[in-house]
Amino acid sequence: MSDRVKFSNVKKRAAKDKIVFGLVCLFSFLAMIPLFLIIWEVVSKGYKNFNWRLFTQVAPSSMDALLAKMSGEPIPGGILNGITGTILIVGMAVLFTIPLGLFVGIYLSEHPENKFARTVSYLTDLLQGMPSIVIGIIAYIWVVKPLRSYSALAGSVALTIMMLPMVVRSTEETLKMLPRTLKESGLALGASYTSVVFRVILPSGFGGIFTGILLAVSRVMGETAPLMLTALGAAVVNWNILKPTSAIPLLIWDFYNDPNLVDIIWSASLLLLIVIFLLNWIAKIVARRWKI
Amino acid sequence: MENITENKLNNQNENSANEPILQLRNVSVSYAPGKKAVNNVSADIYPNTITAIMGPSGCGKSTLLRAINRMHDLYPKIETTGDIYLKGQNIMEMNPMEVRRLAGMVFQTPNPFPTMSIYDNVLAGYRLNGIKLKKEEKDEIVQRSLMAVALWDEVKDVMNRRGSFLSGGQQQRLCIARALALKPEVLLMDEPTSALDPVSTNKIEELLLDLKKNFTILIVTHNMSQAARISDNSMFMYLGDLVEYAPTRQMFTKPQHKKTEEYLTGIFG
Repeated sequence: MSDRVKFSNVKKRAAKDKIVFGLVCLFSFLAMIPLFLIIWEVVSKGYKNFNWRLFTQVAPSSMDALLAKMSGEPIPGGILNGITGTILIVGMAVLFTIPLGLFVGIYLSEHPENKFARTVSYLTDLLQGMPSIVIGIIAYIWVVKPLRSYSALAGSVALTIMMLPMVVRSTEETLKMLPRTLKESGLALGASYTSVVFRVILPSGFGGIFTGILLAVSRVMGETAPLMLTALGAAVVNWNILKPTSAIPLLIWDFYNDPNLVDIIWSASLLLLIVIFLLNWIAKIVARRWKI
Repeated sequence: MENITENKLNNQNENSANEPILQLRNVSVSYAPGKKAVNNVSADIYPNTITAIMGPSGCGKSTLLRAINRMHDLYPKIETTGDIYLKGQNIMEMNPMEVRRLAGMVFQTPNPFPTMSIYDNVLAGYRLNGIKLKKEEKDEIVQRSLMAVALWDEVKDVMNRRGSFLSGGQQQRLCIARALALKPEVLLMDEPTSALDPVSTNKIEELLLDLKKNFTILIVTHNMSQAARISDNSMFMYLGDLVEYAPTRQMFTKPQHKKTEEYLTGIFG
């Protein structure tokens, strides 16, 4: 019996465990504090102007806002031009990103050993770390210069470049998690590779892929820098993809620079926050429901 | 072991009067150059029989099975040589898609397509191949295939549920039905019961005995008693070689090779 391993200082070690656990809890709590403060700030300041006007009227001019402020009325105007602009720009970016991201993701998940695939994978990582302002400049050179105009199209190109690596990664990871026999059993029925990809693999990975797209959308929806150099902004509702267009984050930036409009920053931010919250929530539900 | 290249069934049985449905000729498979996982296997398989492929892990039994429906084509590094004749036609010269329609496969873990209903799973072979069918034809195929695997009565009221709604054993029978729906010439089964409980295993074994009336079955199995229970003929593979191929009863009572005997008596394996 003497060769049994002896545990010494059991009490001391248990106490140490308690301290470490306490620290973990404490730091988790500390990390949450800024988040709650942000939400509190946005909600408490934003709810005042969070009304139907926000969704139905375009951003007011500085003068109108000043006059309203002086007479003690609420700011006359909303962010309709930003909402429609964000829908237009992000919507187009999603249309560009989905086919590109899916195909690259499929390719990477199917050929993990391939040299070219590894290069693509590495570049995808690099792209993910690219500062968004740089992507804005690239989109400016690619789209704004040749077309000689700031445009929603240029903005969506910039957002596409930002979303692409996220969608590629989430597609790749989702497909890699599917059992390999799923593909094999499709092919074992004599099906073509194309048919197996579109009718078996992609539908099976739908939950993860869709979640990835939603999260990418919620990431880029608040992007400001790449849009400043591409979509520029507009004071009116614009649905022409070749014309300058506003977006919610662009308006927030404009409002920030105008002391008379500062008050609706918070309402615009609150809207953005709510939409992003909803997207994340839907993503979670989809991921759970479509779990394989 | 040299004399096994020209492997024939040692004893004449009732089936050998027929033409073999499947002929393997010097089949070798290598995962890397110079490293053969299956080494020069030749054998004749007769229609309406169950042939069990046995052997210790890594002996190449699954690899051999997967050569028969050209599954190795999916992996560029794997090289298959030799000839495999299915009803006299060399499958090595056919389009792999056509080969796979003729040689249905059932995998180790039940894997119904998770996004498809039970009904659609049975028809998956048609759907994925773009074969259009009328409603009556579909119903007929689904009912016939599910009846063939004795699953019809259990699922006929839940046809629209996902395949994953079923129990493991039911899922595996669904997968067999999916393979049968395309009316293959041979059914290749890669340890189809190793992920199942004994009751489900028993059901599948009974099913196979029934299915051999209409199909030819090759089954890779780890389970010697399973081979003894259901197979007509058995192959014993060791380190990529087909050591012995004989009627099952003969192999289990009078194995011709020392390795076979050692394996069957549990000296290794």
